[in-house]
Amino acid sequence: MAKVRGAIVVDTERCKGCNLCVVACPTKVIELNDIVNGKGYHPAFPARHEDCTGCMNCATVCPDMCITVYRLKPQK
Amino acid sequence: MSENILTPEEIIKTGELVFKKTKLMTDAELSYCPGCGHGVAHRITMEVIEELGLEEQTIGIAPVGCSVLAYEFMNVDMQEAAHGRAPALATGIKRVYPNKTVFTYQGDGDLAAIGTAETIHACNRGENITIIFINNGIYGMTGGQMAPTTLPGMNSSTSPYGRDVHTMGYPLKITELVAMLPGTSYVTRQAVHKPGLVRKAKKAIKKAFELQMENKGTSFVEIVSNCNSGWKMTPVESNEWLDKNMLDYYPLGDLKG
Repeated sequence: MAKVRGAIVVDTERCKGCNLCVVACPTKVIELNDIVNGKGYHPAFPARHEDCTGCMNCATVCPDMCITVYRLKPQK
Repeated sequence: MSENILTPEEIIKTGELVFKKTKLMTDAELSYCPGCGHGVAHRITMEVIEELGLEEQTIGIAPVGCSVLAYEFMNVDMQEAAHGRAPALATGIKRVYPNKTVFTYQGDGDLAAIGTAETIHACNRGENITIIFINNGIYGMTGGQMAPTTLPGMNSSTSPYGRDVHTMGYPLKITELVAMLPGTSYVTRQAVHKPGLVRKAKKAIKKAFELQMENKGTSFVEIVSNCNSGWKMTPVESNEWLDKNMLDYYPLGDLKG
């Protein structure tokens, strides 16, 4: 079955590594990165982007508005 | 199977943009702690104003507290109020400019402690303003002291053995108080710690602004939020703690309207 595909872009410098998007993601796409950003936080990144459905849960709970979400409907 | 080989770059190029930061939030980095509910509350308020097309005619009132710099982040006309006096200032602005949309954005130290009189009287007069009240049960900005909204038994820096209701009193349910007043048109309590609750809270804020445009009286939206720094927890732990403890004392839902 063709599924909806999504992609997220995280503003790494704005992210404060609060982990809320990691918990909110229903398909466990997001993880915190090992690298450290300019503010000293471990920013979130899409570790398994192939599972992303573009549901916007991560962007909805992100307090710092770091996440932009794109969605691609399956082609008929 | 062709969609399985798409890279994120291709999805970004060909797909639909479904979520991006609203342009009514400035590019300034939020001064809040990681995981603080203020960011989400700011964002949904501004998204509602953008969706209703009110960005040119909205005047916001910033409080004193963690969100004292709200005027730096909200890209609409803003005015800073003295501590707790946001509803009084909003009353003045709304009476001079009755066609403007006026809202206050206040924390529990501002609205439920020093500003209790202003809040209750503005609601009782039925001023046509929208009050957004962020309740995290603690004085976050000054170092986690006990607030009127601190739960019974909850630790804070001025109640290190937990709030004892016999000597320190009971938590103030100010939302229930203003719901009893005839001047209020819509009183509700929401939360922003889960995606579904954020969407509900946004709907409630939208209804509050719509009622203000219809001149129905004061609309009051409480948002139960976390304070992970003040509660001495990680952001995820504080949201779980909120879900388990705060919502029993502060049940979610519409109280009026």
